[in-house]
Amino acid sequence: MALNKVCSFCMKKVANENRTLSGLLSKRTHFIYSADENTSVKGETKKMNMFQAINSAMDIAMNSDKSALIFGEDVGFGGVFRCTMGLRDKYGKERVFNTPLCEQGIVGFGIGVANMGATAIAEIQFGDYIFPAFDQLVNEAAKCRYRSGGTFDSGKLTVRAPCGAVGHGGLYHSQSPEAYFAHTPGLKVVIPRGPIKAKGLLLSCIREPDPCIVFEPKCLYRAAVEEVPVGDYQLPLGRADILQEGTDVTLIGWGTQIHVLKEVAQLAKSKLNASCEVIDLVSILPWDKDTICESVKKTKRVLISHEAPLTGGFGAELAATIQEECFLHLEAPIARVTGFDTPFPHVFEPFYLPDKWRCLQAIQNLLKY
Amino acid sequence: MALKNSARLLRNCNTKLNFQVKAALSSEPLFPGAKTTWTETLEFTQTSKPIPVYRVMDRRGNIIRESEDPNLPDGTILKMYKDMTLLSIMDKILYESQRQGRISFYMTNYGEEAAHIGSAAALTNDDVVYGQYREAGVLMWRGFTLECYGNNDDKGKGRQMPVHYGNKELNFVTISSPLTTQLPQAVGAAYALKGKNRIVICYFGDGAASEGDAHAAFNFAATLECPVILFCRNNGYAISTPVEEQYRGDGIAARGPAFGIHTLRVDGNDTFAVYNATKMAKELALKENKPVLIEAMTYRVGDHSTSDDSSAYRSPEEVQSWATNDYPTNKLRYYMEKKGLWDENKEKELLDQARKNVLKAFNAGEKKLKPQWTEMFEDVYKFMPKHIRSQMEEMKAHVEKYKEQYPTNKFTS
Repeated sequence: MALNKVCSFCMKKVANENRTLSGLLSKRTHFIYSADENTSVKGETKKMNMFQAINSAMDIAMNSDKSALIFGEDVGFGGVFRCTMGLRDKYGKERVFNTPLCEQGIVGFGIGVANMGATAIAEIQFGDYIFPAFDQLVNEAAKCRYRSGGTFDSGKLTVRAPCGAVGHGGLYHSQSPEAYFAHTPGLKVVIPRGPIKAKGLLLSCIREPDPCIVFEPKCLYRAAVEEVPVGDYQLPLGRADILQEGTDVTLIGWGTQIHVLKEVAQLAKSKLNASCEVIDLVSILPWDKDTICESVKKTKRVLISHEAPLTGGFGAELAATIQEECFLHLEAPIARVTGFDTPFPHVFEPFYLPDKWRCLQAIQNLLKY
Repeated sequence: MALKNSARLLRNCNTKLNFQVKAALSSEPLFPGAKTTWTETLEFTQTSKPIPVYRVMDRRGNIIRESEDPNLPDGTILKMYKDMTLLSIMDKILYESQRQGRISFYMTNYGEEAAHIGSAAALTNDDVVYGQYREAGVLMWRGFTLECYGNNDDKGKGRQMPVHYGNKELNFVTISSPLTTQLPQAVGAAYALKGKNRIVICYFGDGAASEGDAHAAFNFAATLECPVILFCRNNGYAISTPVEEQYRGDGIAARGPAFGIHTLRVDGNDTFAVYNATKMAKELALKENKPVLIEAMTYRVGDHSTSDDSSAYRSPEEVQSWATNDYPTNKLRYYMEKKGLWDENKEKELLDQARKNVLKAFNAGEKKLKPQWTEMFEDVYKFMPKHIRSQMEEMKAHVEKYKEQYPTNKFTS
């Protein structure tokens, strides 16, 4: 929807490679990407970045479900982040098409498609521009089944939207709006940390009988490369992943922040001799209380970190539940390192992000408490 | 009191009686929803003829009908041409700088110079502008120096991406990236300015016109009778999406009459046509307190932004054709040459000078420091609340402790 048009990656010509990279990727990234090495999924794999893995998921969905449609702004030529590249040619413009520039239209249209039992895969160009569709998502998609006593639903709707910091996105190309949607019973919300997760989660969302939103950290579209299974597979919604086991502090995050936290865990080991357990929450709604609380009961200290602002961020929900469930186990107050309670600022991004140094300091405080 | 009540009763009675008499006698439909006539033929409403495009000049800068020449003073014409030229030189230099990694982002205005300058010249600096993001020429006309560095001189304090200009003195409301949000705001601003001899102009694109906010704005502007010019730059593309996939009616102009808005469609590549249309629109807006919709037909010669490569969705030949045959700045230049206002030498001099000026400003801007990083916490509210202040203090202590990890040398201390 807006400048919403800021980040077009055109891979049509190899010559454009440098240019498109310079278009979006930050020269000063705040994280080191670390790939998932052990995947539970069997079968042939191929090196893919995150947009290619997402493309592969949609390719499989379109092939296995003849009712499936892909639509949104600029998806026809492949989308500004290249996720739908080649799909219009392969499945035709009746099934993969540009919509007029209107987010409320995109989501409302998707709900209608889903009402009729067809599969709707909608793209909102930037998470920052999802808000005109807020009414359709919050009042319509989320409540359709409930208000009709289960007669109608919009379960076949999946909305994909890029989210998160990217180095120079400023106010309207950097936000992480997951908490707004976490407050909406009826929706499911997930955020992948890399290509393998992105593909498996997207396929699960597309086939899930409830409306889902996938927020895709735009910083990872190209930066994240993994050996991704080429076949059809799904990864569970509502389940967190323990990426690294530890005994002293539990670090919880999602999306790009996972890569910050993995580096923080290494720093904590070398600088503080602390053993950190790193958990990717993966699924914001519903979220995996059991895995989190079990870990916190073991480590007795917890740091929650997300890019979105502190106040009302999803970390607050985690913290409230952790203190309810693990109160007597805690050795220190639950720590949150997040974006500040300001809009996302352009030139001040290095100071705004919950970077590794702020996280490391928080771990030190937890250990010293 | 009793007398007053009786008078009211009598009046109500008369109204009811009048309506009943009228209803009984009338042969016309009386539905409150439309003032119209009856028909006994059932047929789909046919689309009427496309709204023609008003122009003053042909491609070679010839005035087609003498009466339409706005006869502007030479000085004004020269300023128009110089600003249009400067705009494209600035675009070229900033576009290249982004390619070299010297700035993070840029959006060019190529091909739309006449729409900016023609409309800006027909208004005064007292008239308020709500922009979308591709209207740098409007600011240039008003005397603004452009910002792309987010440095200390940036009125936006480096918080937004480049090209999100704004200037209070020049009555240009700061741009925000979300599309079309400016439309209903502009209508509200115009309502607040009613009777103050000022109008509001709001720019938006053919893509933006698809957002719900556009329909809200059209309807509010018409029903609340707001002195606003809704200025659509129809440049054929919303990033990659061509107008054929954006709408099926007769462009944006056709929507005007449907909302009860006076509407003009002009050649957006003809500076004088845009000027005449905007002038007439302002006169009507002021005289009748009514909105005007202008659809300026043009072509986005440049990519959407520095993050876009339009060769992925349109042919270079198509772009080239517009850049050579219908370039607005050339059209004005042909006119000026015929009038004896311009020649090759003057052109060369202008280009050299403009290049030098832009580069000088650009290089100076590049060297300047960014604002204090604690500016990040200011202006969220008028007065900083306690919770933000404590976050700021915490971060100050943190940066002090981890100095070497933060780029503080690029920021004002």
